[in-house]
Amino acid sequence: MAPVTIGVSIEIYEKTYRGRAGARPVTALRNLSACVAPSEFCVITGPSGCGKTTLLNIIAGLDRDFTGALSFEPSDGGAPRIGYVFQSPRLLPWRTVRENIALVLARNADRAELEGLLTDVEVADVADAYPAQLSGGMARRAALARAFAIAPDLLLMDEPFLSLDAAAADRLRSLLLRLVSTRPATVLFVTHDLAEAVELADRILVLSPAPGRVVADMPIALARTQRRDRDTLAALRAELARLGGHPTEPCSLNGACVGSAIP
Amino acid sequence: MAWFPAALAGRAASLLFLLAIWEAAAWFAHSRLFPGAGAVLATLVDEAVHGDLLHHLGATLARVSVAFALAMALGTAIGLAMGHSRAVDTLLDSWVVLLLNLPALVIAVLLYIWLGLTEAAAVGAVTLSKLPSVVVTLREGARTLDHDLADMAKSFHLGVWRTLRHVTLPQLSPFFLVASRTGLALIWKIVLVVELLGRPDGIGYAIQVFFQLFDVRRLIAYALAFVAVVLAVEWGVLQPLERRLARWRR
Repeated sequence: MAPVTIGVSIEIYEKTYRGRAGARPVTALRNLSACVAPSEFCVITGPSGCGKTTLLNIIAGLDRDFTGALSFEPSDGGAPRIGYVFQSPRLLPWRTVRENIALVLARNADRAELEGLLTDVEVADVADAYPAQLSGGMARRAALARAFAIAPDLLLMDEPFLSLDAAAADRLRSLLLRLVSTRPATVLFVTHDLAEAVELADRILVLSPAPGRVVADMPIALARTQRRDRDTLAALRAELARLGGHPTEPCSLNGACVGSAIP
Repeated sequence: MAWFPAALAGRAASLLFLLAIWEAAAWFAHSRLFPGAGAVLATLVDEAVHGDLLHHLGATLARVSVAFALAMALGTAIGLAMGHSRAVDTLLDSWVVLLLNLPALVIAVLLYIWLGLTEAAAVGAVTLSKLPSVVVTLREGARTLDHDLADMAKSFHLGVWRTLRHVTLPQLSPFFLVASRTGLALIWKIVLVVELLGRPDGIGYAIQVFFQLFDVRRLIAYALAFVAVVLAVEWGVLQPLERRLARWRR
């Protein structure tokens, strides 16, 4: 299949969670606009509860209860193929790794391609295991494979490497970069972790505290080798703080969007 | 999957012990109204070969199967709808509570009066008696459905049918098994009452005849034949199915 990726343009006037009767409505996003170019690796970051997951859910079509517009370019009529890697792997516990991935494929899909993907993501050895038997890293690899299996035009990733130890998260980031280089896709990647953002991104969008809007838009034109440099990171952090007024905490690894913002 | 020989031996020993107690009690009682295990088992075989046992057993099993299938299908659909939608739940909840507390005997008598002593009335009464407990169980199941997995299915465009089959129903399988198990036990007790009241065949009818004749040997033999079938379903179908559905659990 041709490596056609798509761009996304997002214009959200308002997204409010009305909640159950009696509860105070909470506005998660307001006046958020952004354009993501085809094949761009765009990292979205911002404080806890600023609506990052909400934004991904809107783009994925899971949440249509908002005012605004969402368009994909080039739009060739059909719906874009979107691969979603959630914060938790969300594998079906009653299906093996291979069955989980095969489920999202069309019935006439190429099985050899699936096996190739399993090998690339290094889950071929555990392809017949059930999710409960997997380590956290392996389960996340499986979720990653599932998203890539549909040959996505657009890949949405919601803190996919959260709660992994540093070494495992590191390996998964390298894997992700390898996969994106051989299987091109536009990527929207949400994270709290600035170091992670800098390592992966072509561009970083910083959201304000809820209701979220884009307060900083920063291209990252660094060579891969520079990206892990301590001074560079410190400089970027200062720059983001100046632009956004709300520096992202480097290591806040609690689940995203806790507290009052998202019911 | 394997039958553990040790567990099997234990179960066999426990059954043999029960038969021994029974035989001993019958020997002490020494009455026509309390036949021993041996006499009953001999009657059971004799009735199966020469008597009407298989005919009555078949009639009862047919009623049980139809009522069970109807109650499970309708109850699952209604239970899922109630678990899914607050409005449906508000509408139907008090109806379900009413039906849950209406004695099966009342349902059977009313249906026999309204529909005549027909097969439809008999099967309908059994189905209606079982229906509310399936609804309540599956409603609980629907309430525990994982929204995260539903979102996953939606974002990967699995479609209604594949989502139902691979994402929704597997989550409901424990509730389905509970409903089946309690359902079978309940249905087969109710079906005998319904047969006794208004059918010309079936185990319930036969029991009524033996009651009038004070023929306790046949009475117990017929009851045992049915218990044997229920046990066969439990061990041969439900338990293997449960193990199969649970094989992914650690």
